[in-house]
Amino acid sequence: MEAEQSLLERCDLWACIQCGKCTGGCPMSFKTELNIRRLIYQALLDGGVNADGMDELWDCTACGTCVLRCPKEVGPSDLIVALRTTLVDGGVIPPTIRDALTSVFRHGNPSLMPPDERADWAEALGVKDISEGADVLYFVGCIPSYDDRAQKVAKSLVKVLQKADVDFGILGVEEKCCCNEVRLVGEEGLFGYMVEEQRELFESKGVQHIITTSPHCFNTFKNEYEGLNLKVQHYTEFVAELIEQGKLTFTGELNQVITYHDPCFLGKQNGVFDEPRDIIKSIPGVEFREMDRIRDRSLCCEGGGGRMWWEGTNPEEQLATARFEEVLSVGADVMAVACPFCLLTFELAAKAGGYDEKVQVLDIMELVARAI
Amino acid sequence: MGATLVIGAGIAGMQAALDIADAGFKVYLVERDPSIGGRMAQLDETFPTLDCSSCILTPKMVSVGGHPNIELLTYSEVVQLEGDVGDFRVKVRRRPRYIDADKCTACGICAENCRLKGRIDSEFNVGMGKRSAAYVPFPQAVPLKYTIDSERCLMVQRGKCGESPPCRNACPAGAVDFDQQEEIVDLQVDSVIVATGFDPFDPHLKPEYGYGLYDNVITGLQFERLSSASGPTYGEIKLNDREINDVVFIQCVGSRDRNLGNVYCSRVCCMYTAKQAHLVREKLPDARVTVFYMDIRAFGKGFEEFYDRVREERVQYRRGNPAEIHRRGDRLVVRAEDTLLGQPVEVEADLVVLAIGLVPRADTQALAELLGLSSCEDGFFQEAHPKFRPTETDVSGVFLAGCCQGPKDIPDAVAQGKAAAASAIVIMSRSGSALTPGEE
Amino acid sequence: MAAKVGVYICHCGINIAHTVDVEAVAQAAQDLANVTVSRDYIYMCSDPGQQLIQDDIRELGLNRVVVASCSPRMHELTFRRAVQEAGLNPYFLQIANIREQCSWVHGDRESATEKAQGIVSSAVARACLLQPLEERDVEITPAALVIGGGIAGLQAALDIADAGFKAYVVEKQATVGGHVAQLARTFPTLDNVQTLLAELVERAQAHPNIDVLTNSRVLEVDGFIGSFRVQVGSQPADSLPETTAELAVGAIIVATGFDVFDASLKPEFGYGAYENVITGLELEKRLMESEASNGASPLGDGAVKDVVFIQCVGSRDRTLGNAYCSRVCCMSTAKQAHLVRQELPDARITVFYMDVRAFGKGFEQFYDRVREERVLYRRGNPSEIYKRGDRLVARAEDTLLGKPVEVEADLVVLATGLVPRSDADEIGSLLKLSRSEDGFLMELHPKLGPVDTTTDGVFLAGCCQGPKDITDTIAQAKAAASSALIPLSVGKVRVESITCALDPLLCSGCGLCAEACIYSALALDERRNVMVANQVLCKGCGACSTACPSGAIVLNHFTPDQILAEVESVV
Repeated sequence: MEAEQSLLERCDLWACIQCGKCTGGCPMSFKTELNIRRLIYQALLDGGVNADGMDELWDCTACGTCVLRCPKEVGPSDLIVALRTTLVDGGVIPPTIRDALTSVFRHGNPSLMPPDERADWAEALGVKDISEGADVLYFVGCIPSYDDRAQKVAKSLVKVLQKADVDFGILGVEEKCCCNEVRLVGEEGLFGYMVEEQRELFESKGVQHIITTSPHCFNTFKNEYEGLNLKVQHYTEFVAELIEQGKLTFTGELNQVITYHDPCFLGKQNGVFDEPRDIIKSIPGVEFREMDRIRDRSLCCEGGGGRMWWEGTNPEEQLATARFEEVLSVGADVMAVACPFCLLTFELAAKAGGYDEKVQVLDIMELVARAI
Repeated sequence: MGATLVIGAGIAGMQAALDIADAGFKVYLVERDPSIGGRMAQLDETFPTLDCSSCILTPKMVSVGGHPNIELLTYSEVVQLEGDVGDFRVKVRRRPRYIDADKCTACGICAENCRLKGRIDSEFNVGMGKRSAAYVPFPQAVPLKYTIDSERCLMVQRGKCGESPPCRNACPAGAVDFDQQEEIVDLQVDSVIVATGFDPFDPHLKPEYGYGLYDNVITGLQFERLSSASGPTYGEIKLNDREINDVVFIQCVGSRDRNLGNVYCSRVCCMYTAKQAHLVREKLPDARVTVFYMDIRAFGKGFEEFYDRVREERVQYRRGNPAEIHRRGDRLVVRAEDTLLGQPVEVEADLVVLAIGLVPRADTQALAELLGLSSCEDGFFQEAHPKFRPTETDVSGVFLAGCCQGPKDIPDAVAQGKAAAASAIVIMSRSGSALTPGEE
Repeated sequence: MAAKVGVYICHCGINIAHTVDVEAVAQAAQDLANVTVSRDYIYMCSDPGQQLIQDDIRELGLNRVVVASCSPRMHELTFRRAVQEAGLNPYFLQIANIREQCSWVHGDRESATEKAQGIVSSAVARACLLQPLEERDVEITPAALVIGGGIAGLQAALDIADAGFKAYVVEKQATVGGHVAQLARTFPTLDNVQTLLAELVERAQAHPNIDVLTNSRVLEVDGFIGSFRVQVGSQPADSLPETTAELAVGAIIVATGFDVFDASLKPEFGYGAYENVITGLELEKRLMESEASNGASPLGDGAVKDVVFIQCVGSRDRTLGNAYCSRVCCMSTAKQAHLVRQELPDARITVFYMDVRAFGKGFEQFYDRVREERVLYRRGNPSEIYKRGDRLVARAEDTLLGKPVEVEADLVVLATGLVPRSDADEIGSLLKLSRSEDGFLMELHPKLGPVDTTTDGVFLAGCCQGPKDITDTIAQAKAAASSALIPLSVGKVRVESITCALDPLLCSGCGLCAEACIYSALALDERRNVMVANQVLCKGCGACSTACPSGAIVLNHFTPDQILAEVESVV
């Protein structure tokens, strides 16, 4: 009872007036049983929630819409994380998520990949190790390090940084998972342990300024790593600055109609809306078109909050379908993204839904790299 | 001679001024806008009695305008206050209208000939109509004199408007005068009543509702103009030529919201929405009308009864605070959880009306410093005691009336205006200074 | 003297001119009988417009003026003043409403113009027959009566007294303070109510201009604004006979307050049957007593572990005829929940509600605070309370769960609403006040006249007009004081000139007119056996003239020949 009470207070559930703005905005509420407003109510009524058997708890993508919308600053997603924690502590957890967590603990990445292959993608690119000293640490992230498709993003970004003469380095094989999703699936212990390790690592390398490929890494370093006093930027912020300062100039042009999908961890959760658009618009030849559901009202790709490791209770119905229809409705050839999660989930959905012939999903850095 | 300064000529300020003047004391009524009347002049019908707002307001405006004991200083601002109760010395800045009020016959020929005719958003119609740089805010304005908007007028801004300004050329009374200068008026008064009102909440701050993005997402205040017989559509509920079959109202936009720092309830939105829902039903008998709400605050006299009536007129009240609006084809989709169903819902709409709240005026802080007042956590002026001294302040002789102290509806604003007047009358009576009737 | 009529057609900007051909109307009026001059102008009400009329009166010798413009409610006074300044009797003015009754409600220009011409011609016909009327003032006795010694009455009396006038406060009870004397703490500020009340009471009692008459009631009210004569009965003790005194006052403020809803009228909650079902006021009393004694917990010896509050008991309830919201219960419940939480840190506190109406300054913030003090708000209106073992069970639907629930409780607090006083009718008939549908006293206008009444010189303050909290009550009391201070400060008041005229030769003294008159302006002169009309009380409504079977009463300014002339000109 004591512990449960602290849950209500820690998440400030008592501030809730049951207005339902969280559930109304939740991208999962229409396709799964997840109803966060009702969960909060149950917690208030019973002093806690027995989460056993609530598969829908794993549906949450941690997109942050509920937090953004809540007029009473309750932070509904905190409750989901807390309930997931009780499930993790009790060992009741989808096996694929358990495997991912184990892999993070053992290998420093969620995908059972060997740590010593982490920097293979960068071979022959002339990227220096941060130990040699550099102004900026490029934190690559797990997916861009290992995934064939996402590696193209990392390579593109390297090309861009080199073109702009940025003095940067990577952690190489020493880089480990940022653990944003580890925290969000409720594995607090592992998260705390990894935070400690990373912080020491950054300190030992004298890092002052981090840029990330992934908005998820960006978010967790910026908001969740206690005591990390570093400048943290998503690459879109950094590259937009380079363009604005004239340090990065275009030599080619892209004659394409491009639209942009806001990643939740970049947009809704961290308010980075303009920089990605500024970059796209600055590419010569590009015709930029906005979709309807953008910025604060953007759709979620369903990749966050552990959903990269678990398909959810309703994998048939995908939000990506609605997204592609919207891309087509504005007549875009390319949907630009700025997040490896978005990139992979949308590419997969494009193939499954037959959209891959009509729409290309590309990271903003891939677009930029093609025009310099 | 006993005199009181009333700052702001909305319904609260006008009522305070009338009571004081009727009791035989002098009133200086200072209004920033070119006309008195305030927000109430923009409203269509009042809740819950469905009186035509301007029909009951304008006679009051006329009484204020013609009262021998009231001196109107419109298009003016208080810039300095010194002294103490019984002897306040006030400086008022009269902004130049660039039109000689003694000569102007309000014929409107200046506005007809203005180069910017039809190019400036009408504040009175909340951007849903256009005006010229030379304008009267609305036909029943008091005083009924034209004003040249110095911030827009080409002549004022650039010193040149074609060969020679067409308004001046056209004015048959020779009233246009670009040489007018601002003027400082010195007043001496016994007491001061602050009745500066509120600002409507800016719904751009709630981007999830797409205000400014979708032309069929409008505010409650815009709805008032749309529904008003004297408004841009002569009272027809229409936007462009789109047929309106589904109307959704969203309550608490900018109120009860910690994210914005507007934690308070705006007190009037539940009822003005109920009234607007009724007006939609009246004008579009077959439309589906939905109101999304969190709590219906129908607390005043006749309010609950009116809420009952509106529901019985087939207005659907759904409990839930909508999360966002997006587009589907040429229609809007309002996404919410219906908390009584316990299910997320999508409601399609052709018109969405946001029940925007009331916020402290942007200049509250500046005025507070000028008058030595403080503001509460919610940003409105602080009263001396929230229960027992609601219209007094910590400055002796300075009183509050109406929405500058916090959101309130018309009868509460009127009551407060009268309450502040009582305090002012007490002060002036002590100095034994009532005017004899007819004397000025 | 032959009528010389001037006709003035207003464009009202485009308000009239866009549907009515104003020039054609002016042209047509020129040809009407007795019309000397006919003009149109963009805004007749503007200074130059009025000047136009005044110049014509002086130069052309006009003796009647017709202004065709907006509703007379707007500018009749403006134009009366204008013609008076030019030397005419103000009642020689006739307004023809061609805006609200023509241009605003029609679309077709041609027929609207034709209709406007008709309206103008009937106004001209009527204007020719207008008679001069006299403007009259009455003197004001510099004192006010305040009925009711709650905070509304005390505050109103203080403002009147502070402005230098005598105020008599008549209170039925032995002490002043009203219902507020029964409250422990204010919401949302949690001030000690009794300290604040004591200041108000002391100021009133010590004020040289205020006479507080406790154990007293108003027996009879005679007269009219400026000179009311009030009979007050006082009975300091049950054993003593009631003594009567007469007060002369110029204005009256009614501040008689409310009654608390009788919870036993909702038998489903078991009030009266279960001793641990109490009302909010009873809880306040316990809290106050414990605060005063600084001792034992008001909620007993720790046996109370579950407290349930039920909102809207006797409010928003058509079955009882109390369709209205009582305005204060949501917040007083929130405050009581907070006070209970202070007493019982570990208790489960549940509030059943339909809508939480936290509308005032600081209310929503207080509601937030109380929830964060672990007070559980559940949406649902409980259906009944019964006993299980030694505990109470509240049965409700939790409408957010969509399920019926049972909540056990050791104490149930009913948020009883505010109802009109049982003697509201008495007060109403003493002062000729009407009551709204909800049973509270009716104000002159729900928006713009919240404290005035249909009886000149009589004003309303506080909950007698409808439920309200302390803040709004104080504001209203001061507002009523302001209304009263207008005639008191000026010393005289202008009364209606358009009144009835009674021909004693035709009157048979049947009294039907008196029955029709809601202002009690007509009475039988028993000596002559004819009715007489009090010209100060008469408001010129005309009810008497239609009631009179012998045609003995006409309403000045609306005489049969005037009205017939109007009608004949258009048929």
